Amino acid sequence: MLSKSKIFFKGTVAVLPHMLSVIPFGIITGAIGVELGFDPILVYATSLIIFGGASQIIFMQLLSGGASSLVAITSVGVINSRHLLYGAVLSEYLEKLSFIKKLFISYFIVDQGFAESNKYIKQNKNLSNPHYYVLGTGVTLWFCWQLSTISGIILGSFIPEELGLKFAIPLTFLAIIVNDLRKLDHVFVMLVSGFASLILFDAPFKSYIILSPIVALIAAFIMLRFKK
Amino acid sequence: MTWFSIIVSGIVTYFSRMAMVALIDRDMLGTKVKEVLNYVPAAVFPAIIFPGVFFNDFGSFVEITDPKIYGATVALVVGFFSRNVIATIISGLLSYWFIIFFLLK
Repeated sequence: MLSKSKIFFKGTVAVLPHMLSVIPFGIITGAIGVELGFDPILVYATSLIIFGGASQIIFMQLLSGGASSLVAITSVGVINSRHLLYGAVLSEYLEKLSFIKKLFISYFIVDQGFAESNKYIKQNKNLSNPHYYVLGTGVTLWFCWQLSTISGIILGSFIPEELGLKFAIPLTFLAIIVNDLRKLDHVFVMLVSGFASLILFDAPFKSYIILSPIVALIAAFIMLRFKK
Repeated sequence: MTWFSIIVSGIVTYFSRMAMVALIDRDMLGTKVKEVLNYVPAAVFPAIIFPGVFFNDFGSFVEITDPKIYGATVALVVGFFSRNVIATIISGLLSYWFIIFFLLK
């Protein structure tokens, strides 16, 4: 049986490849905030308090462009609402925890951590402390995100733009789901989500981020009915 | 005002993370819902991948010959056969860089 710290460490290792996109993205987020004219403390506060990559950039862009607080807050809420889906999946593995521990671990639920945890825990069903894996991924991503936004705030965006590291973001997410390409039902759901996102891209408040998954999950639901 | 917006946004975001974990009892979800939840990664991540590959910075479609499409295709093939996260990301980036730095220069 694996000790708690070993499980935590396995989570840490699992998210390391994702640093290729997380760190440049964090640096860019910090640098953009300062470029937009925000107080460095405020820029960092978004990383600590909101802690959600794309939503932080959009939040600062909206406010500096003169949008109202309500619009900025709504956008953050809409973009980050996908965590509800991650929580619904992870709740199965976190069921036995005390309420306080659930409140604590929730802060660390992020895209890549959710994806790697879900993958690992599904493959190791009789893991005794799956929440240490979730924490290992989440805490590691949290630290790297804090450090990279701080360095972006202090040093500016020192990663040359010509490298096009923005492209690392779709690549890391592709790496997350590439394993499921062997399952036709999953491929179907992926295609529905992908095409929905292209069609809904201009929907207000960046809501394509949550609308496309909802469309795809409805498609999954219908597909499951036909399978039976 | 900005502090207020950050804090409210933080609360909203934290709520989205915490609600399903801490407030909802797992037994409240029916078996059908649980089955559908198996597809959450397949339903969420393509909505980040597709726009990232097929749209440019201004939100319009890229050309079919765009380096991002080549990079993503290489990553897809390498990922499919290697089943390795690092290989997927690196092969995509390297092929993308190869095109923008050597072929297009």
